[in-house]
Formats: sequence, structure tokens, C-alpha cells
Amino acid sequence: MTITDRPVDNGVNVQALLDARNALSAAPEAAQFTWRASCTWRNGTHSHSTVDGFTGLGAEQRHRTTYEFDVDHPEIFASEDNGAAPVELVLVGPVGCLTAGVAAVAQHRGIQLRSVTATIEGEMNILGILGADPDVRNGFEAITVRFAIDADASRDDLEALVAQAQKRSAVFDIVTNPTKVLVELA
Amino acid sequence: MMQTTAVVIAAGHAGLAMSRRLTERSIDPIVLERGEVANSWRTARWPSLRLLTPNWQTRLPGHDYAGADPDGYMPVAEVVATIARYARHVRAPVHTATTVRAASQGFEIRANEDVCYARAVVLATGACNLPAIPGVADAVPPSITTLTPLTYRDPGQLPDGGVLVVGASATGVQLAAEIHRSGRPVTLAFGEHVRLPRTYRGRDIFWWLEATGLLAEPYDQIDDVTRARHLPSPQLTGTLHPTMTDLNTLTAHGVLIVGRIGRIVDGVAQFSGSLPNTCALADLKMNRFLNRADEWATTAGLDDELPPPHRFAPTHVDPRTPLELDLTTGEITTVLWATGFRPDHSWLDVPVRDRAGHIRHDGGVVTSAPGLYLLGMPVLRTRASTYIHGAATDSEALARHLHSFLSSRRR
Repeated sequence: MTITDRPVDNGVNVQALLDARNALSAAPEAAQFTWRASCTWRNGTHSHSTVDGFTGLGAEQRHRTTYEFDVDHPEIFASEDNGAAPVELVLVGPVGCLTAGVAAVAQHRGIQLRSVTATIEGEMNILGILGADPDVRNGFEAITVRFAIDADASRDDLEALVAQAQKRSAVFDIVTNPTKVLVELA
Repeated sequence: MMQTTAVVIAAGHAGLAMSRRLTERSIDPIVLERGEVANSWRTARWPSLRLLTPNWQTRLPGHDYAGADPDGYMPVAEVVATIARYARHVRAPVHTATTVRAASQGFEIRANEDVCYARAVVLATGACNLPAIPGVADAVPPSITTLTPLTYRDPGQLPDGGVLVVGASATGVQLAAEIHRSGRPVTLAFGEHVRLPRTYRGRDIFWWLEATGLLAEPYDQIDDVTRARHLPSPQLTGTLHPTMTDLNTLTAHGVLIVGRIGRIVDGVAQFSGSLPNTCALADLKMNRFLNRADEWATTAGLDDELPPPHRFAPTHVDPRTPLELDLTTGEITTVLWATGFRPDHSWLDVPVRDRAGHIRHDGGVVTSAPGLYLLGMPVLRTRASTYIHGAATDSEALARHLHSFLSSRRR
């Protein structure tokens, strides 16, 4: 390990996050966020979703631009494969959230990252969604995330980094804990 | 109507230590106790409980452990006897069977049918007056018997059948072990927890926690003191027998461990899938402390004297751990909420609470109500505040503050 005077820079503004924590502890109403996406059916199993605005810090907020997602199913499901399957998009959430967490926690702990790659896999028995076996659930039986991290840190430190990223992750919480879901007709 | 200088509310170890510190300063307090001295220990603890701290550490101002077993762990009955003896030893002016019904601004205190006025009030009723039960408890099917550690006595009071113990603090793991030994299959559901070995390198873990300076860490230097104050107690039992209440030992004896309880839908409890990470975090934190202990031992030149360092097996989580448990099949007959405690300051009518209802204080000094003090709470002034001996240093600091408060008002 080389010791340099160069400050650790993973591109995460930790100070802004710590300041936000202090400010929002004093003004809890502003901490209440609503995240949104809108979806329009195209044809068959193909739909088009957009993400642009959300509510937070007591005001309506906007992303820099509108993000678009085509959602479909692969051809082996007799679909046209115009985009990732919804279950694949679900995998993008936790791995993106955990990777952001790894960078933020590393910054906070003074660990310089050189590269971080991750793969995420969800195991599913599709007899569940086909209604062919009532004992099989529709969703994933298990999700596995595997991180490869190149950084100036011991294996113990990296394990602690990955553990802490899970502890602080919104999406990890969403996929590991029950959430109340209401689906209504407008 | 009575005027007094200082009122200490509750005659547990903390209130009595404070009484002694005030008497030393020629401030004559009165100590108001709803029941008898050491009331919670007499009435709201299960009989098999022993202190987590070794006997030698049970130190109070002017009182060290003088019994025959300094390395043992006091059973509840002995804790009661020790505190009662201490009350006599310090000649504490305790008014027993005196329930405080209200304490309001200017410090008007209504106790039983009397009113008294005090210039200073010390709240020493402790952190464990009421069970902290999560909202999910409302959805437990009515056929299930529910208990808390305050109502639990021994497994004999439970119906036959399986028991779901919720929470893996010292209380949760101890009761899971005791109930499982009674032949009732136990499922233990938990989230964040603190894993520590009973002994390490031949010494009690509390010896290490004290020697390394961890217990003395002041509250205003702890990175996240709010978190530290709400941590579950470490998974320890007051015994040196190998029946260590470590999760691996519990699972080896057949206790089923599952993730934190999330919700109960139609009588089916759902558990978090984050159990592997919860256990990994607890292992990492334990190892971080053991590293600190080893470094300290080397610096202190104790490596020749102590057995060599080693590490404990990681907590094993079965990949087939269930995410659901049906509470309607009759297999589970009891749910025990070992999900922590909260203080009961409902009688305190002074505007000193934060949004969450906790009393705002600076190391026990309730700055928004000069003359009001809080004592006997976890990590109040140091990490030791959580344990009996913490009251020794905490009462000294708060008595000093109280004394100078009274002096400044006199001028």
C-alpha cells in the first residue's frame, strides 16, 4: 500500500450528504419524498415508461432530463423483445443502489476505489407466473449480488464496505422487506 | 405542602448513587420510590436473569463488590439485596410506596396525595419501564398468547407449542435459549443485533470493554450517539457455562433463526431477507472490537500473559431460512416481544421532549429546564452509563452540575 497526500476522491460529496442529514433532522417534513414513474402500453407486452419528476425537500423537483425505458419480454415468451423484461429492470435497482452505496461509504471511510463491478442474478421458477404450480411463488426465490472491487483496502475493509452499503440501501430494504402495495383503478 | 432542595425520583442503583453524591455535597435530597428500593428488579425481571456484567464491575459510589465470587454474575435476587444494602449503607432518604403522579414547571411534584416543591429534580426511573412493541404486534392472531420480558417469568407459564421470540438482544437470546430448553420449539426473529463473546483470551468481555477504554468513551465523542443509545444489548448471558447464547449455539440446539419481522398478513408473519447481512454486520463489528482489543493488549505488553488472539466462527445463516411463518396453524402458540424497552416519563409535564418523545438532554443535563436531570439511561454520559457501574461516574458529574446550579441561583 502506498501512502500519498492525494485525498480520496470517488466523486461522492460526502459533506453534502452529512449536511443534508443534519438539515433534514431539524426539518423532517422536507425529508418526505415521493418517487414516480409513468407507463404507457404500446402493444402486446411492450410498454414505455418515463421518469422525470419527483417530490422532495418540500417542493416539486425535476431530473436534468426525462429518462425513458422500453419494457417488454424476450422472444421465447412469444414477445417482440423491445426492451428489458420487468424482472430485469427490478435487478437494475438494487445493484445500482448498492454500487452507489459502496462509493459513498468508501468515500466516507477514506477508501480510494479504482474499479467496482457487480453482477446481480435473480432466480425464478416460471411455473409460478404460469400458474402451473401453486407452491411456486411468482417472484424471485433469491437474489445474488457479486461485487468485484479494486481499491486500496484489505478484504475485511471491503467486506465491511459491502455490508454497510446494504445497511444504508433503500432498494435493498425494498426488496428484502415487505412493502404495502396498492394498485387501484383511476 | 413541602419545600425541598432536590428530589430524586426512583430508588434504583442510579437514584441511590445520586442521593449519596448529593448528600456528600450537603444537599439533602429526598428520594421518591413508587414501590420498594430496587423495585423493577423485584417486580419486573424474570427470576433466571443474571447481570451481564461480572460482579467485580458492580461498583457504586462508596461501594465495591466484596462477595466471594468477583468473576460471577449476580442473579436478580442478589441484585435486589445489593441495592437494598447500598440504600442502607448510604442512608438514602427513601420514601417508599410514593408514586409520582406529576412533575411540572418550577418543579411542583405531586406524589401520592401530597405536593412538594423542589429546586432540582433528578429523573432516575431508568430506561426499562415499558416494553417497546412494534406496531406489527396488532396483527398477531388473537389465538396466540403474547408476552413481554416484563410479564415473562419462566417457560412454565407458556402454553405448550412453538414460540416466536422477536428480538435478539441479551433478553431475546436468553429467553429463546431458556424456552427452547423447556421443549417448546423456538423461532427467533431479529434484525440489528450486537454479537460479543462472553470471554476472550481468558478474560471476561467486560474486562476488555473497560480495559480498552471503550466503556469510558464520552457521549459527545461517539460518532452517532443516537444510534449508540438505541443499540440492542449484547448477546450475552451471565454465565461462564458453554451454553453461550451466541446465534450459532442457538441454531446448533435447534432454534430457528429468521430475519426481522416485517408484517403479518392474514396471520402469516413475513421476515426480512436481509438476515445474512444483519449477521455479517454483527460479525464484522465484533471482529473490529476484537482487533482493537488485540492492539490494546500488545501496546499494554500483555501478549505474553494472555492466551493468543483468535477469532470466532462467522454466524451461519441457512440459505433455506424461511421468509414466512404461518401463525394460524397452531404450531406457534406464543409470541414473546423481546423488542426492547422504553422509559415511562408520562408524568413529567415539562416541555423538554423532542419530536420522537425522548427527553432532550446534554449528557443527562436537561438544558431546556434548568435544574432537571436525567440519570440511568443507556450511553447517557459514556458507554458505561448503560450498566450499573456507569451510575458511579454519571452521578458524580450530574451532582457537580446540580450543585453549581443551586449555588448560582443562590447568588
